[in-house]
Amino acid sequence: MSDIPIRVENLGKKYLLTHMGNRGHRKYTALRDVLMEAAMTPFRGLRRRLGKTVDDEQPDSPSREEFWALKDVSFEIERGEAVGIIGRNGAGKSTLLKLLSRITEPTTGRIELEGQVASLLEVGTGFHPELTGRENIYLNGAILGMKRAEIKSKFDEIVAFAEVEKFLDTPVKHYSSGMYVRLAFAVAAHLEPDVLIVDEVLAVGDAEFQKKCLGKMKSVSEKDGRTVLFVSHNMQAIRQMCQRVIFLKQGKIAYAGDPHEAISGYLGQGVNAESQTAIDLTDYPRTRSIEGAVFLRMRFTDGHGRPAASVRLTDVLGIEMDILAKKPLRQFNLSMAVIHGEGLRVFSEAYSDQRAMPDLAPGEYTLRFEVPMRFFKMESYFVALTLIENGKICDHVEGLLMPEIVDENPNLQMESQRWGVLRVPVTWDLIKPAVKQAAPKS
Amino acid sequence: MPRLIIESGHTERQYWHDLWRYRELFYVLAWRDISVRYKQTVVGVLWAVIQPLMVTLIFTFVFGRLAKMPSDGVPYPLWVFAATMPWQFFAASLAGASQSLVGNANLISKVYFPRLIVPAGAVVTTMVDFLISFGLFLLMMAWYHVWPTWRFIAIPFLMLLAFMTALGPGLLITALNVKYRDFRYIIPFIIQIGIYISPVGWSSTMIRQNFPQWTWLYSLNPMVGVLDGFRWALLDGKGGASLPSFVLSVAVTAFLVLLGVWYFRKTERTFADII
Repeated sequence: MSDIPIRVENLGKKYLLTHMGNRGHRKYTALRDVLMEAAMTPFRGLRRRLGKTVDDEQPDSPSREEFWALKDVSFEIERGEAVGIIGRNGAGKSTLLKLLSRITEPTTGRIELEGQVASLLEVGTGFHPELTGRENIYLNGAILGMKRAEIKSKFDEIVAFAEVEKFLDTPVKHYSSGMYVRLAFAVAAHLEPDVLIVDEVLAVGDAEFQKKCLGKMKSVSEKDGRTVLFVSHNMQAIRQMCQRVIFLKQGKIAYAGDPHEAISGYLGQGVNAESQTAIDLTDYPRTRSIEGAVFLRMRFTDGHGRPAASVRLTDVLGIEMDILAKKPLRQFNLSMAVIHGEGLRVFSEAYSDQRAMPDLAPGEYTLRFEVPMRFFKMESYFVALTLIENGKICDHVEGLLMPEIVDENPNLQMESQRWGVLRVPVTWDLIKPAVKQAAPKS
Repeated sequence: MPRLIIESGHTERQYWHDLWRYRELFYVLAWRDISVRYKQTVVGVLWAVIQPLMVTLIFTFVFGRLAKMPSDGVPYPLWVFAATMPWQFFAASLAGASQSLVGNANLISKVYFPRLIVPAGAVVTTMVDFLISFGLFLLMMAWYHVWPTWRFIAIPFLMLLAFMTALGPGLLITALNVKYRDFRYIIPFIIQIGIYISPVGWSSTMIRQNFPQWTWLYSLNPMVGVLDGFRWALLDGKGGASLPSFVLSVAVTAFLVLLGVWYFRKTERTFADII
């Protein structure tokens, strides 16, 4: 038995993206498309067979695009270690976990695994709504790789952990979402593999339960000496859980080692660290097409308009963006939303909430707004921006990570550790029992 | 402690071993499908009886009364039912297996297990329906005073054959269906045509008498072997079963199973990426 249960060497995973004109991405193909492609290029295979050089030497038709979700990733994990994996959406975290859990196959490189590996990429995988809680415990347990006898021996523990005793014989379709998640996590928490792989499962459920889950995972790695691999956007949880953190960026390891370093690398990435001045939004990935107007650049600044890599809780955060109106815009509007690092939408606000919507002539404009930071916590938040003309969306960008929020005041740090996505400083007063009023003068 | 190595294009040597290790998941998935099968239905498990019964009634009327097809001296309803039962099993299994991967997409993209479990489990599930209609068949036999013979011992083997006959094309189609969703439209078509080109409403004897030179072509239909076999076992050797024709059908089934397993194994590794 070696002390390295996970060894990864030069791991890479390539996907072929097929662009279907404007119909967006579609994962599966219709046979028709394949036949069409064959009909359009009838001699390609023949020419290849004849050994002639094919003039269109692209890997495939121009509508195909290669995409490396993960490239040249190597690392080792020691027995009993709890390792966090962080990175933005699309950095390759989930792909890495899928490769380690054998769900998909690597394109390059190799993985060596030792011992029983259990992965929890989603809570409640395979839960069937028509089955009762009791039945789903057995079903989900088996899906996660537990033996029937094993589930039986831990059944009471699972039920107690999930706090669903009363509803054991109710179909889970009648469960509240909280109960559902609790039950699902409870089953997973009682797995006893040598290596446990967990993806962002704590993003669901209420704060109390999240705490309980985190505690359970911590005890799995610390007390039982199991190896835990843990993906999360919740930096608080990563800090608590992990001795080591791997920070992925565009499919590669940007940093691996000390959690503190990795987290500040992650929080400071892109926007601030790379270019103190501006983020180019022209090439930024978008989920919808652009019409009429487009975001060009954006900058995070402090209250004085200076580029900011971090912002204090007592300060304001300036957000500046350059936009290009490609045509005259009527009833121009812009909305911004702040999303907590764990995905919860915190608030949104539009230009039209405070000002009249102007009509704009074609050309470049700069817009600036300021957000007071006093209600934020020392966690990560993302900004989403939407350009609107006459009620229609022109352009939309999201996932813009806000600068790290810092403060030295210990009271503020304490408040930041409370649950919730905002920190609202309330005023407290302890009132003494009312002093009896002096007796009226007689 | 076992050391597992994952590499690109590395067909795992321990696949069949894994399949055995995951047998518990196989039972559980089959149990899940069986227990939810008739939930939220009014007549529930009676559906397993109603379907073959309706087919039998209609076939008895159309082929037995209108067309006056010969039934080798067996009461016509019994004659039809003996073939309807395995036919329904085949049709339901094929349909179930073909949809199984896409129907369990969520599981496939989130958990590792040998994917062969999914279509195989889907076929096993329909066996419950078969057993129920088999019970009904026994009642019908008693009603017509037809008694089981020693040939009944062939039934488990014929079940296995029917299972394989559905599994082979099922594996092929479900794997293709992951990538090309066209294939789900092919299934109803196969089933609709199949019931007419297979000896459900009529007997293989008629083919042999009327088109002796085409018997080999007819026997390439793997269901000919299954249906002739069932009639032979249930109705005391009636139904025109012949050994060469049976062997040919079994050979086709074996070929389809090998083809299905081969293609399934070949594409299995990419299921999670494209499903």
